[in-house]
Amino acid sequence: MAKPLDYESLNENVKKTAYAVRGELYLRASELQKEGKKIIFTNVGNPHALGQKPLTFPRQVVALCQAPFLLDDPNVGLLFPADAIARAKHYLQLTSGGLGAYSDSRGIPGVRKEVAEFIERRDGYPTDPELIFLTDGASKGVMQMLNAIIRNENDGILVPVPQYPLYSAAITLYGGSLVPYYLEEEANWSLDFNNIRQSIASARSKGITVRAMVIINPGNPTGQCLSEANIRELLRFCFLENLVLLADEVYQQNIYQDERPFISARKILFDMGPPLSKEVQLVSFHTVSKGYWGECGQRGGYFEMTNLSPKTVDEIYKVASISLSPNVPGQIFMGLMVNPPKPGDISYFKFEQESKAIMESLRKRARIMTDGFNSCRNVVCNFTEGAMYSFPQIRLPARAIEAAKSAGKAPDVLYCLKLLEATGISTVPGSGFGQKEGVFHLRTTILPAEEDMPAIMESFKKFNDAFMEEYEDYRGYSRM
Amino acid sequence: MGSDATASVTVESINPKVLKCEYAVRGEIVTHAQRLQQQLQTNPSSLPFDEIIYCNIGNPQSLGQQPITFFREVLALCDHPALLEKPETSVLFSSDSIARAQQILSSIPGKATGAYSHSQGIKGLRDAIAAGIAARDGFPANADDIFLTDGASPGVHNMMQLLLRSESDGILCPIPQYPLYSASIALHGGTLVPYYLDEATGWGLEISELKKQLEDARSKGITVRSLVVINPGNPTGQVLAEENQKQIVEFCKNEGLVLLADEVYQENIYVDDKKFNSFKKIARSMGYGEEDLPLVSYQSISKGYYGECGKRGGYMEVTGFSSSVREQIYKVASVNLCSNISGQILASLVMNPPKPGDASYESYVAERDGILKSLARRAKALEDALNSLEGVTCNKAEGAMYLFPQVRLPEKAIEAAKEAKKAPDAFYALSLLESTGVVVVPGSGFGQVPGTYHFRCTILPQEDKIPAIISRLTAFHEKFLNKYRD
Repeated sequence: MAKPLDYESLNENVKKTAYAVRGELYLRASELQKEGKKIIFTNVGNPHALGQKPLTFPRQVVALCQAPFLLDDPNVGLLFPADAIARAKHYLQLTSGGLGAYSDSRGIPGVRKEVAEFIERRDGYPTDPELIFLTDGASKGVMQMLNAIIRNENDGILVPVPQYPLYSAAITLYGGSLVPYYLEEEANWSLDFNNIRQSIASARSKGITVRAMVIINPGNPTGQCLSEANIRELLRFCFLENLVLLADEVYQQNIYQDERPFISARKILFDMGPPLSKEVQLVSFHTVSKGYWGECGQRGGYFEMTNLSPKTVDEIYKVASISLSPNVPGQIFMGLMVNPPKPGDISYFKFEQESKAIMESLRKRARIMTDGFNSCRNVVCNFTEGAMYSFPQIRLPARAIEAAKSAGKAPDVLYCLKLLEATGISTVPGSGFGQKEGVFHLRTTILPAEEDMPAIMESFKKFNDAFMEEYEDYRGYSRM
Repeated sequence: MGSDATASVTVESINPKVLKCEYAVRGEIVTHAQRLQQQLQTNPSSLPFDEIIYCNIGNPQSLGQQPITFFREVLALCDHPALLEKPETSVLFSSDSIARAQQILSSIPGKATGAYSHSQGIKGLRDAIAAGIAARDGFPANADDIFLTDGASPGVHNMMQLLLRSESDGILCPIPQYPLYSASIALHGGTLVPYYLDEATGWGLEISELKKQLEDARSKGITVRSLVVINPGNPTGQVLAEENQKQIVEFCKNEGLVLLADEVYQENIYVDDKKFNSFKKIARSMGYGEEDLPLVSYQSISKGYYGECGKRGGYMEVTGFSSSVREQIYKVASVNLCSNISGQILASLVMNPPKPGDASYESYVAERDGILKSLARRAKALEDALNSLEGVTCNKAEGAMYLFPQVRLPEKAIEAAKEAKKAPDAFYALSLLESTGVVVVPGSGFGQVPGTYHFRCTILPQEDKIPAIISRLTAFHEKFLNKYRD
């Protein structure tokens, strides 16, 4: 008798799903690490794993919330500043029994109120805490929304190419169709509305109902910060084409240039006024994993719904309730992130210092990495305007592409595997994110420590030049 | 154009599986209770009670249960490792919690508790859990078989996603069941194949019933993929006898079913004549190994004596699957990157608590036993009280955290319910709420033999509140019966 659960009898959608961020390259890197090789993991936006220290204040507050008996101890002031103690008491009061009790399935009401206040300060428009749901990381929120939207394989979701492969994975898992729209690499990864219109038309001609559009701003893996004009055009497009806009804004704190600061899709929507501001359906995502917090391991996130009907919100609440509640410590991290120490608070100075140091360093590293890649003759790299990644385009010689084919691998996978084996740098091949046919990239993070960066870029260049030596036609470029 | 076109995401255009699924534990009655609670806040004397007591959900710490001190000490130190460098810390924290935190931190790359971990969870913590499983069962466990999750529930969803290809795939579930299973099956587009537990024999699980339901489903063209067993039971509280478990293992093996063993209440046993045996232990003791039985065993940090629901921690131990299937399980886990680190640490503490000789051992045991003994007393007190009510019979809660009494409702009550467009037990539960402020979940939320009515009530309110709850419940029930007497 066949085994009760063998590969053949698995849900097809699971088999089709791919998530390169922890796929082949990462698994190979882990193998090599076990064998004793030094690996630099730049495959995932995981700042603390590369030496970034947690901000002190939130850790103090959450530690106190974990062990409330400390608050009763007369010596607690020797270990914790008064504002951390006060804030811990504040959050404990907001919970329904401390960190160990399930909260409201949408998250602690008091924290959702803090998130709403943050959004209002940031955008200048009020928002309703009832329409803000806290989740175990933003990814869970994305998956919940896509699960609610996708009915069958005829439902399409517009997704940027390149994209963070959570989107492609979730669409496949839920049995929908991914409708790609290509970002324009030569124009700094900006939106190309002709391409978007073509994509949607092509999908519709195949009988696909395009339901939603994903934008990632700042972009992942591409790092571009969208202009206000771009976002306005996007919102108009969604209005005309009847699409829900899913705005992944998890990198909103990670901005490394001053020309295009972050503006939320919601702010622009309300700036545009009715009818758009009353009609366009928008879901915005944020997290504690990125920014200068980098608290990936806490799994704290939220999504905010705009212009979804109360009945729809109820259904989404119902699904959230099946998982009972998001983790409470992660919710407190979220509260702290949207409501950090203020000038005058005891911990403010240290908090500001720590935050600024991280942001300034990230800005520097974005530059070092971009310049390092661009110094290689076969590599072109757009500047990392935001987020945490560098996504250089690697021009591979024909013989390398053939070698990859014979090895049964995508050319960028071969390149990245060889890079890993030569240097220990663990990246994710561009094919994991999507790219134009015949164009190859890799994604790395800008997260290795600043002092290690020059050596890493040196190491990359050395490998790349050797790779080109090996695979380039010995005559170099063809002579005319 | 935008104003004429229907908005893209409406209840009409949402995924129908989302519309179909239900989860009564936080359903209608809870929303109503929350409204009444708000009413009490603005107008304290407007209702015949002065507080809402949530007995709908197994959420111990929301009703006053204290967390285990040692566990929280370790977590606080792991959350803020800078404490370990300060001399004052040894005054405020027990020495073994400091040692354990140091050990845990050194098993985390870079001691970075804020980093995404391996998608199955931190290796060192999985090692500790595997050791805990081996110590519990007397059979070895492998760290690579363990997937740490945000609570046990995501692990259940993962397996349902893998197993269910279409509506033609079925999962055998106990009736009554914890409605995560029915909801998850609906969400993933499969079919729930019910098997009835026998109320007359203490919610006994009969293999003949399993066989009957399996054959019935197969005759309708359903491919039954898996059997869910909840042991100790939820909402029913029964603890399976070893013999019974052996029969279940044989049944799954013979019929080619994946056994999904929900064992989250393994540390909640209140009777001396029953003991928890994991299904893995039973299978191994029968000589069945990796080749013989695909088995997924679930454990959680939310229950037991630790009751750390809000942390969202748990694991599934996956054994008996081919490597190609395991790769798929891993792949789905990796899309979400990893579960929260605090929950992972707690899971390792739960499976590896203080031992005799440890500095915190005695206080740990006192806290643990205090909670468990109190739970046993509350289970008994509520069970006796329910059995004393007219027309109510309540099986013993041998384990878990709930009582699931059957209420024989008079015809008139059933008619009144029909007029109010509610299931009879929902009508009863709502009346109970409005008279007493006590929130229970109607039996229809868990499934029951048609024509019978139950409700699920937790045993979790603090002991000093129990007498008041019992007297209010008793008074309400009498009034209700008198009102609807035939």
